[in-house]
Amino acid sequence: MKYRFTVPGDDFTMAGKASAEVKRILGQLGIDPTAVKRASVAMYEAEINMVIHAGGGVVEADITPERIMLTLRDEGPGIPDIELAMTEGYSTAPEWIRELGFGAGMGLPNMKRNADNLEIESEVGRGTTVRLLIRLDGSAPAAAERPGGGAVRGGSV
Amino acid sequence: MTVGKIVEILDARVITGEADLGLEVGSACGADLMSDVMAFVKERVVLLTGLVNPQAIRTADLMDIRVVVFVRGKIPSEDMVEMARENGMILLSTRYSMFLACGRLYEAGLRQGGVREIC
Repeated sequence: MKYRFTVPGDDFTMAGKASAEVKRILGQLGIDPTAVKRASVAMYEAEINMVIHAGGGVVEADITPERIMLTLRDEGPGIPDIELAMTEGYSTAPEWIRELGFGAGMGLPNMKRNADNLEIESEVGRGTTVRLLIRLDGSAPAAAERPGGGAVRGGSV
Repeated sequence: MTVGKIVEILDARVITGEADLGLEVGSACGADLMSDVMAFVKERVVLLTGLVNPQAIRTADLMDIRVVVFVRGKIPSEDMVEMARENGMILLSTRYSMFLACGRLYEAGLRQGGVREIC
């Protein structure tokens, strides 16, 4: 099953709406609540980033009995140094975003912690694609205990 | 601890969710940073926050947090209350500061932190 959402980039109060919608859909499909929470938290962080840094974008959710694949594409400024961006506490978000409860450099680490695989492709000046995979085979440990897996690609300048 | 008891201890105003005050919570988390809430929060948690914007409600919803207490006398907007109602959440507002609100709940026996172990 495939779903597509457009994330507007000009209204921060709307940020996270697509993630809430995906959470509702996954719940209705009867997917394990732990997997639902991991998918929606990872997507929410990615969606917030999309609004803060890239002026919005498009999200595709592809759901099969084996896995949830969430793909978030934007045409924003790109990430110059992905490894640095992955560092917990590192942030380039402006002050007003911090006042709204985000931008503390926890977004990418949170995505990595919750997804079974995280792929980031980014090109400066062209945009960023984030792919979040959540496996549904029941063997994945709970998010809190996970060391975090994943891979990052591209992004070097 | 029931939400009704929390209302009593914090002398809180119930903004929505009056019918669910019998709900039990096992631990509490005080945070203004929503990414921290998503990184660390466990189950059956009451969230205390000074952040009054739709993201507070959305974060709570995504983390299956059913009870949110706004500290320092903050009152959520009508949009936020509506979102909370749609998600079956309870919203409270207390005049106490974050520190005093957390302290009062701790003293009353809600001693388990609502977060996973931080290493």
